[in-house]
Amino acid sequence: MPTPDVTPTLSTEQLERNFADIAAPLTSDAALLEAAKCLFCYDAPCTHACPTHIDVPAFIKKIETGNLKGSARVILDANPMGHSCARACPVEVLCEGACVLNDRDEQPIKIALLQRHATDYALEHKLALFEPAELNGKKVAIVGAGPAGLSCAQDLRRWGYAVTVFEANDQPGGLNTYGIAEYKLRAETALAEVQMILDLGVTLRTGVSVGRDVSFDELERGFDAVFVGVGLGATRRLEIPGEDLPGVHEALAFIEHLKTHRYADTRVGRAVVVIGAGNTAIDAATQAKRLGAEHVTIVYRRAADDMPAYDYEYDLAKRDGCEFRFHTAPKRILGVDHVTGIECVRTEPGEPGADGRRRPVEVPESTHVIECDMVIKALGQVVRDDFARAASLTIEDGRMVSTKPTVFVGGDCANGGAEIVNAAAEGKRAAAAIHAYLQETGG
Amino acid sequence: MADLRVNFAGIESPNPFWLASGPPTNTYDQVARAFDAGWGGAVWKTIGEPIINVFSRYGSVDVGLTRMMGFNNIELITDRPLEDNLREIAAVKRNYPDHAVIVSLMVDSKREAWHEIVRRTEDTGADGLELNFGCPHGMSERGMGSAVGQVPDYTCQIVEWVKEVAITPVIVKLTPNVTDITYIARAAVKGGADALSLINTINSIVGVDLETFAPLPAVGGKSSHGGYCGPAVKPIALHMVSAVARDPEVRVPVSGIGGIATWRDAAEFIALGAGTVQVCTAVMHYGFRIVEDLRDGLENWMDDHGHRTLADVCGRALPNVVSWEDLDLNYHLVARIDQDKCIQCELCWVACEDGAHQAIRRIDTREAGNGKRAPAVEIIEEACVGCNLCAAVCPVRGCISMAQVPNDHPGVTWRDYAAGKGTLAPRSEHFHTATWSPRG
Ligand SMILES: Cc1cc2nc3c(=O)[nH]c(=O)nc-3n(C[C@H](O)[C@H](O)[C@H](O)COP(=O)(O)OP(=O)(O)OC[C@H]3O[C@@H](n4cnc5c(N)ncnc54)[C@H](O)[C@@H]3O)c2cc1C
Ligand SMILES: Cc1cc2nc3c(=O)[nH]c(=O)nc-3n(C[C@H](O)[C@H](O)[C@H](O)COP(=O)(O)O)c2cc1C
Ligand code: SF4
Repeated sequence: MPTPDVTPTLSTEQLERNFADIAAPLTSDAALLEAAKCLFCYDAPCTHACPTHIDVPAFIKKIETGNLKGSARVILDANPMGHSCARACPVEVLCEGACVLNDRDEQPIKIALLQRHATDYALEHKLALFEPAELNGKKVAIVGAGPAGLSCAQDLRRWGYAVTVFEANDQPGGLNTYGIAEYKLRAETALAEVQMILDLGVTLRTGVSVGRDVSFDELERGFDAVFVGVGLGATRRLEIPGEDLPGVHEALAFIEHLKTHRYADTRVGRAVVVIGAGNTAIDAATQAKRLGAEHVTIVYRRAADDMPAYDYEYDLAKRDGCEFRFHTAPKRILGVDHVTGIECVRTEPGEPGADGRRRPVEVPESTHVIECDMVIKALGQVVRDDFARAASLTIEDGRMVSTKPTVFVGGDCANGGAEIVNAAAEGKRAAAAIHAYLQETGG
Repeated sequence: MADLRVNFAGIESPNPFWLASGPPTNTYDQVARAFDAGWGGAVWKTIGEPIINVFSRYGSVDVGLTRMMGFNNIELITDRPLEDNLREIAAVKRNYPDHAVIVSLMVDSKREAWHEIVRRTEDTGADGLELNFGCPHGMSERGMGSAVGQVPDYTCQIVEWVKEVAITPVIVKLTPNVTDITYIARAAVKGGADALSLINTINSIVGVDLETFAPLPAVGGKSSHGGYCGPAVKPIALHMVSAVARDPEVRVPVSGIGGIATWRDAAEFIALGAGTVQVCTAVMHYGFRIVEDLRDGLENWMDDHGHRTLADVCGRALPNVVSWEDLDLNYHLVARIDQDKCIQCELCWVACEDGAHQAIRRIDTREAGNGKRAPAVEIIEEACVGCNLCAAVCPVRGCISMAQVPNDHPGVTWRDYAAGKGTLAPRSEHFHTATWSPRG
């Protein structure tokens, strides 16, 4: 991580407070009260809304009856990332958004907090909730120890496959360890969740980049099937002058540094401009603010309603005091040996583009400068095409696709970038497909 | 992993969870779906001469946000032809040979009628019979159901008739609508019952419509007393099960019924001597799927506590059910309030002050500052009689706990004390007899 510029001036205690869990866990009493409110719907909409289809009423009922172990098992059986999801899922557009109580003009059941309550119990007590099956003699390689790869690994090991996970980073967990906003999920928590899966007897080889340290061919030859869950690659470039000036950072690198160092060791500008308006942009903005940036401005070419970020994230950034400049496009990053500002133009909605959305067009003579000493680029990540080439996978519409019967893909690399819960669902679906294929072929 | 299998009076069942005789066990389709969902056994909806039911049959009692805390019904036994029931019972047993299929019976109090129904039922291959001497409405007016179960001699007589021909185990289902259920239990055992099940429903009227003055559930503005069940009746059922299970003259297996909705309820019945448990209302409320947590929760609880089989737990609480005069008069409890948890609702204060023993002091600190009144209440330990009321009304779990106050007096029961043995430890002073005043 290139070193940003100003040492945060906040005290250690203030930094700890700023990065503490954004939602406090439920006390046992509160969990029981909340669980008692669940109606125990039949064929419940929350379960449908969850991409991993956790049986939500069932796990909540189990909290109510005091069967926390059983509750955690229901959750983590359906979703091996059930704990990180409880902390990081955009539940207002998933389970909680589907809760029938919304239709009775009431608050939905706090499903995420209840899910966290049950999985906290499993993590705290280091419960072995699942048993690995006896080895069936078949081997599966998994590339990438992110949510997709790990979810695939859990099921395959439970069904008797010898599973080896290859991970380029030093630590497993993928973006759960390195990318999710600190106030939602800390690396140590992500790693504890990963450990429950590894404890089933899954082999993990960290620091091994497939395609560099070991070839994809070798995996195909040495294993009966390969699952690819490599996530997405680098942040897309802005392609404007000044992009490589000191003081310009990638959102992901900034967040990763923050999550893997003491807070005081991640430096942040006084005036920060974040470019982009997806969830990553918001995460970068709120975390810059919480590190002590005096002013954080999010610059976006389109309108507030067009932002890919969830409403909840937008609200959070506003509460954190971040400023939004909509209809504003960056043209040039200014500075000689360091960023001093960013030159922008105003835009207005023009003719609809290929995606049906109205393309922003520049307003003549609207050039203006936003002064800043740090720029964070959060334009979204691109597919790892080098990996795709090395593994002879095709790329369609920014998504990796496998045409080989023994190679399976899932997670961000296959869906173009979604959420943890989607990666978990796809990892599990791939495990089922691998199981079906290897049983069928006897392979 | 805990082993949930049971052998109940010779009837094998993969787990102790049976559907009680009622609407959920009325057809092949329902019982098959229940077995698929994980129920260990089912007691078929009572068969006999088909009856005619009224429209509007169930009444419900909500408590606050909780619906169906209590539930009542004025329906009768099965309204399906006997032949259909027998054919479907046989099919269930054929297709689910490892599950317990028990058939509930109720016919006229005539020897031949009982002989005939027993023979025809056993021809289905069912594992056992349950004699319904319990329904409190409709059938009792016709000399069946609780009309039999309320009279020890009738009970004994009919069980004898049944045992003359029955090959499979005979369970007698008892009505709670009696002054002392152990008399009826003993009569059933005397007649030859292999096991008992209890409780059937309790006589009840669930409410009155204050616009029309129709009792509920109303049938054209009128109603009849019906049978009460659901979570509200569990304490009554627990008592009756324990009374029967610890009666030295009974000594046959007991199937516990009444208000069971969770594995905890089931575990409590089992601890008080139930060999199997039966569920009706909770299934009517939530469906067959509840059996998943019944099993999972019971298993996890057994694993966590090192209980391997149900026999390890069955009746474990029974030795602790004693008569009042055997309780220790020197066991001294007082309430303790955790001030950090207290939310200052003062419900405990008003409950103790008006409804119990005036042992809570209220410190009104409102004028002291910002509207917060902490701490608002504290226990006057010298006056507290350890009755549990404040802990029961407190809305914050774990805020009021009951703590034992040690004393150096050996325990003494009323039985001993009344016989002049032992001494009483100093007791809490009641407000009226206190030499001090709590209001200072
Ligand atoms: C900043 C940010 C914030 C986010 N916040 C949320 C959130 O709050 N909630 C939410 O649900 N989702 C969030 N997401 C999305 C979520 O993190 C991803 O959808 C999810 O992590 C995808 O999982 P994955 O397993 O597909 O990929 P990743 O998590 O990216 O894991 C891929 C793994 O593969 C490894 N790898 C890559 N190439 C190789 C190779 N050649 N050899 C070996 N290993 C390799 C990588 O090192 C990595 O560990 C966020 C994403 C970002 C970027
Ligand atoms: C609607 C309804 C119908 C019932 N019908 C019968 C019956 O036909 N035979 C019988 O023995 N008990 C019958 N019962 C009683 C139940 O089997 C059971 O003893 C009682 O409901 C208590 O259990 P619960 O609290 O789990 O419902 C019926 C109960 C209900 C609610
Ligand atoms: S529960 Fe079924 S039978 Fe009863 S009133 Fe409703 S629809 Fe009719």
